[in-house]
Parts: sequence; structure tokens; C-alpha cells
Amino acid sequence: MNDVKLVAAFAENKPGQVAHFTAILANANINIRWLAVASTGPYGVMKFLVSDPELACHAFKHEGLIAKLVDALAIEVPDQPGRLHAVAECLARQHINLDNASGFIANNRAFLVIEVSDHAPAREVLQQHGFRILAQNELPL
Amino acid sequence: MFRDQAIETIDRAALERLQLQRLQDTVRRVAAHVPFYQQKFAELNVTPGDIRSLADLRRLPFTTSADLRANYPTGLLAVPFDDALRLHTSSGTTGKPKALFFSRQDVDNAAELCARSFVMAGVVKQDVFQNMMTYGMFTGALVTHYGAEKVGCLVIPAGPGGSEKQLMLMQDFRTTLIHATPSYALYLATFIEAHGVDPRRDLALRKAFVGAEPYTDETRRKIEEGLGLEVYNCYGLSEMNGPGVAFECAQKHGLHVWEDHFIVEIINPQTGEPVRDGEAGELVMTTLCREAMPLLRYRTRDITSILTTPCPCGRTHRRLNRIAGRSDDMLIVRGVNIYPQQIERVLMAQPGVGRNYQIVLDGLDEMTIKVELAEAGFEAKVEQLMKLQNHLAEKLRAEMLVKPQVQFLPPCSLPVSEGKATRVIDNRKL
Repeated sequence: MNDVKLVAAFAENKPGQVAHFTAILANANINIRWLAVASTGPYGVMKFLVSDPELACHAFKHEGLIAKLVDALAIEVPDQPGRLHAVAECLARQHINLDNASGFIANNRAFLVIEVSDHAPAREVLQQHGFRILAQNELPL
Repeated sequence: MFRDQAIETIDRAALERLQLQRLQDTVRRVAAHVPFYQQKFAELNVTPGDIRSLADLRRLPFTTSADLRANYPTGLLAVPFDDALRLHTSSGTTGKPKALFFSRQDVDNAAELCARSFVMAGVVKQDVFQNMMTYGMFTGALVTHYGAEKVGCLVIPAGPGGSEKQLMLMQDFRTTLIHATPSYALYLATFIEAHGVDPRRDLALRKAFVGAEPYTDETRRKIEEGLGLEVYNCYGLSEMNGPGVAFECAQKHGLHVWEDHFIVEIINPQTGEPVRDGEAGELVMTTLCREAMPLLRYRTRDITSILTTPCPCGRTHRRLNRIAGRSDDMLIVRGVNIYPQQIERVLMAQPGVGRNYQIVLDGLDEMTIKVELAEAGFEAKVEQLMKLQNHLAEKLRAEMLVKPQVQFLPPCSLPVSEGKATRVIDNRKL
């Protein structure tokens, strides 16, 4: 089973940067489901969950930007309190570091997107605990 | 191999006696014939009789490129105009060039020093020398042309460019030596490869003499790899006859400067005071044998240092380190002299960043190095970028002794230029 791919890009931390990236995706007719920005001072990393990660990566590179695909886990959870906690606790017991976590709602379904230090064991332990891990094509993008 | 073993391995005491005798003679001649030096000597209250040891060299005035321009065209000529045999010029980016005159003896000496340098690098009579430097007013091609003829090589005055013709000549006449700028040598390697020629299989190339522009050891390796030959670094400047001032021997560790013809000093470009042996500074040269246009303490503006340890090749003439930059490009940050080339060296050795950079100076000596990130340097993690940034800042600190801020930029966001104007942005309010 494939992990979900995020498109990560190097970005300067200045006004107009997100717009610069989103314009490229809009022009390529790519739908953005989720965006995370991590910055340190003058620059940072933007990560997008999009309808077509390969195309998005290609579009960024075509515009002279630095971009690459990174793996993430997408988990469908009931939209109720304590669900992220359950995931986090499950990983903590296995000493797996949670690098990044956030979620979104689409079509009345709730999804968590997480980046972890080690994907294969994370996937395994989450599945053992009955979490539904989605492949790229199972996401409502 | 030696061309003139006696002079190349002369012991230091004898060499210094010879230098003093030639310096005294040079000073007497310029004092008698060159109004520019007459005036300088009067200002400094120095006469030829005051030069009793090599240490007295420091009493003599510097000569700068501005002095050469101010005395254009014939102001620094020390012999009658009729006795000048050849004119070269050194191009200036602005205004008049520098006019450089050679007597018959000067032409012969310049060629002899080139011949000496070639033999030092292992050139023999059987070699075929294809000269890819520009013929004309520039000294680079003509002086080496006569030098290679003195060794007895077949000399092909190909001139620069015309890569198809260069390749044809190399194939048809089994060229063994080339003389080129580093940028052209690199281009030629690409050209040859694109034409399906394997230099090791299809050509007879042995050695390249590469100079006239500063270049790094990495460029040397690329040229050696691409052309299947050994690269020898050579240094010269038109004001000092052109090529043949300092060349590498087979050790390829520093360039022997022919001290029977030149006195070298390394000075602090700000104060004009000598630096300690081994320390980097501006190269200053005095001609010892030149008839038509002797120059005293000429400020080359090239930055280098002297290697004082004996060379295993047996030559006693001291060696210069590879030219590190131009003193014109020097910055002073927190009291430390910094050359953009130092930064370039660090960046070139660091995977994950591009070679293009900008130095921004702000406030009270705050230094930021902006550098373009390369694809290989991006792992999609902020922590990794910070780690790379800190690593680079630390490497730069080790090289420059000043720790800068490092800032990454996306590719192609800095202007591409070699000039100081775009490389250095000085907003300091000092």
C-alpha cells in the first residue's frame, strides 16, 4: 500500500510567498486539500496535500523552485474528541516520533495527516489498533 | 629537468647578492632616466646611494597601475624610444591602457623565463605546443610563443576560440601541450566530449598551461579529467613581462617565482607594511633585469602568500601560493580582511548549495551571506535547513575568522555576475 505523498517546497518567509505557490497550483488545475508551513526566520518549508502530487512537484520545479515529494500517513477517524490523542498515544508507546500532525474535514469525514520519523512501523502499529490508513487515491481530493 | 640548473638552484645568499646588485643598477637607471621616479625619489628623500641592502627596498616608492596610466604612453620609458623593440598593453576596464615597452634584451629575457618555466614543468623539444591565448597587444600568447620556440617545440599559434579548428589541429599535428585560460580549457573539454572525441584515446595531449584568470584546484581537476592531461598553474602579468613570472614545477605545490629577475614582497594592502612570511597579502614586484621599462615595487593587487619551505625539486627560488583574489575586492569586516574568493571556496566545497552568492553588510559590521539552495540540499525539513545553515556558517567562520549569518534563497534569485558591485552590498553605517 502506498503512503500519501505531500509536496514539500523551499520558500522564503516574506509576503506573497504562499500566493506565489498557490498561483502555480491553480494554474495547473491542482486542488489543495491541506497546507502546512514551517519556517525559521527568513525561510521555511511549505507542504501541500494536493490532488496530484507528481504534477504539483513538476509544476514547482518548472517555475525554478526547489520541491520534492515526501511521505505522510493519512488516517480516517471519527470526528469526535480524543481521536488524535488515540493516534498519538499509540505511536508514543512504540517510541515513534510524531513530526507533524493536523487534520481536515471533507464530505463530513475527518482525516488526520501525520508525518512520523519511521513510516513502516507507524503504519503497522496504527493498523493493529484498528485505524484506517488511506492511500492517495482513497482521499477525497 | 632544468633549463639553467646553476641559476635555478643558486644558494639563497648568492641569489640575494645578485638581487641587490641588480636592484642597485635598476634604481640608478630609473633615477637617471625616468622623471616619474626622479620626482618620487625627491619626495621620499632617497637617492640610489641609499640602497645598500635588500632591506633598503622599503625606502623606495610603490608604483601603481594608476601611475602607469598617468604616464601613458611613454612616461616610464627608461631607454630612448628607438631602443624599444616591442609594445604590449595591459587592458584597463576604463580609460587608457597601460603601455609596456620591451627592449631587445627584455623580449629575450621574457621568452627565456617562459622557456625555463616550461622545462621546469617537463616540456621537451619533441612537444607540440598549441597556443590558445589571444595574440596581439596582450602578452599572454606572444611571450609564451617565443618561450616554447626557445625550448624547440613546434609552436602552433592557434589563438583562442574556433573549437573545431582547435580540435582539428590537435588531431592532425598530435598536439601535446596547450596554453589556455581556465574558462576556455573547460569549454574545450565539453566541446571535445560533445564531438565524441576521447582525449585519452584520440589525442596526444600531455600538459596544459592554464592561467590569466584565477581558478581553483577543483577547476584544475575538471580540466585534467576532461582533457586527459596534467594542468600546470602559471602566473604572470603584463606589467612584469606577462607569463613566465611564476610557474609550478612537477610538485605542483606553489609557483616558483624567478627571483633572479624579480624581487617579491607581500604587503598589507591597507598599510603598505610587509606581512610575515606565509601570511596572505598583496603581491608587490620589482623588476631586476628590465631595460626599457623597469618598475619598482609594482602593486599587482593580486593576493597571495609566500611558501618559504624548500621545494623537493631543488629550486631555491621561493614559491607563491595560488592567487587568492584581488585586493580591489577585499572587504574589511570587524577588522578582518576578507576576500570574496574565500567565500566562493567554501560554497564550492559544500554540497546542497549553489555557487552564486551575495555578501550583505549591514548596521555595525553584520555580515550576511545569501546563497542559493540547490536541489540536493533540500530534504523538506526545517531542521535540516537550519543544520546546513549552521554548518555553512561555521565553515565560513573557519575560513574568514568572522562568523556570518547564512541565508538560503531559491535558485536563480541572485543576479549572475562576477563583479564586486553585485556580489557585495555594503549598507553599513560606520
